[in-house]
Amino acid sequence: MKDKAQLIEDLKEIVKPYIQNQEAFDNINEDTDFINDLKINSANLVDVVLDIEDKYDIEIDNDSMEVMLNVKASLEVIQSKISA
Amino acid sequence: MRKRVVITGLGVVASNGVGIEAFKSAIMQGRSGIEYYPHLKELGFSCCIGGIPKISDELKREYLTELQLRNFNSNGILYGCISGMDAWKDAGLTISDDVDYDSGTVFGTGTSSVDKFRESIYKIDDNKVRRLGSTAVAQTMVSGVSAYLGGILGLGNQVTTNSSACTTGTEAIMMGYDRIVSGQAQRMLVGSCSDDGAYLWGGFDAMKVLTYKHNDTPTEGSRPMSATASGFVPGGGAGALVIESLESAIERGAHIYAELLGGHINSGGQRQSGSMTAPNDDAVIRCITKALDHAAIQATDIDSINGHLTATKNDHVEIKNWTEALGLSGSDFPHINSLKSMVGHCLSAAGSIESVACVLQLQDNFIFPNINCSDVSDEIKALIDTSRIPLQLINKELNIIAKASFGFGDVNGCIIFKKFKA
Repeated sequence: MKDKAQLIEDLKEIVKPYIQNQEAFDNINEDTDFINDLKINSANLVDVVLDIEDKYDIEIDNDSMEVMLNVKASLEVIQSKISA
Repeated sequence: MRKRVVITGLGVVASNGVGIEAFKSAIMQGRSGIEYYPHLKELGFSCCIGGIPKISDELKREYLTELQLRNFNSNGILYGCISGMDAWKDAGLTISDDVDYDSGTVFGTGTSSVDKFRESIYKIDDNKVRRLGSTAVAQTMVSGVSAYLGGILGLGNQVTTNSSACTTGTEAIMMGYDRIVSGQAQRMLVGSCSDDGAYLWGGFDAMKVLTYKHNDTPTEGSRPMSATASGFVPGGGAGALVIESLESAIERGAHIYAELLGGHINSGGQRQSGSMTAPNDDAVIRCITKALDHAAIQATDIDSINGHLTATKNDHVEIKNWTEALGLSGSDFPHINSLKSMVGHCLSAAGSIESVACVLQLQDNFIFPNINCSDVSDEIKALIDTSRIPLQLINKELNIIAKASFGFGDVNGCIIFKKFKA
């Protein structure tokens, strides 16, 4: 099982192509919001989720996808799917 | 007196040259961009040659961001963006964070991203619709190219895509012209692009309108006006022009390449000789004469014609229509050339790439050679003197060039370019 710090590092790599606020990206943490902080175009959120699926070989359902708007919620979804 | 419209920026992506300098040098030298593609052979195509522009990964990254290139699979949009951004820069215009409400685009295409569309269809049929990602729509909507360009350049006037088969590029220029003349826009980025490759060309191969006789001699395959013309060679690419009101160009201190005097767009209604795939000759003649009227010039004012001339067996019909429309034949007929001898038929991109060639000819006083045409067809020889069909580069002071395009659906476009004189 990956620890939280490692998961955040993974996530950082995944969102990297989509971010439009470098400073928030450099300081990414559990409280970072994808749209408000990283300024990711909301249309790209589906791409982030697809990239997460590829990274961990998991499938993320619509309900889970809906809440994945920030690092914390995304980590929870990833952890629950990995351990499932 | 209506507003005068001038051309202040050019951009081009063609199989024989990407960028204005490379393209100009290629057309002056009569260099072909046509190659053999083994992939087409493997797929069972009769015609395995074509003209696909060469774009390196590095060049791609000079125009589109890493984010834009993620899951990107659209040659046409790529070519359109390169030519459009080049034309914008060439016109001395900059990209800012503000919206430019005085500038818009009419950027045409025939289809958008056939390759992306194919990729999406495979995913959907594999029950993976959710894996399409966020950009399948932006790439496959027909207005994809104008939407990409509008966003990159911050255009705030009309941003749209026109589509009229092989007339698309010429029509886009005329639509932008009308927008400026009517006072609704100061400047318009006009042009068109075309995808390329098997999935776009397959339908033409099936129609048997492509040549299958030159798979071993690709650069000799596209033979407009030749007695041995045996069908067209497909190509891809894009051409772009920044056109603007003369006042706007003067105010900006922009370099003026040429003046767009006017033109005409019409259709033959698929009546008389016209059909889905063949032109109504009366409509073609009418289109040309109306273009002359609109530009307020006489047939004898024309120094050179850039024809549609695709290299099917019917090029002589187009020549006949020109002779009737202009009332000129034999050695009185203007010089005429076809860019398709070098880059093939770039379909929806043809009119704009060929118009870029026209403007370069006017600016630098040359007529590019027709290659693969040392054996002019007898039908054409009966209409015009062979001296009118240059086989070598001609350096000559030029004042007016007429450009026409004709497309499936029996649609026609003819536009008139003139050397700019204040």
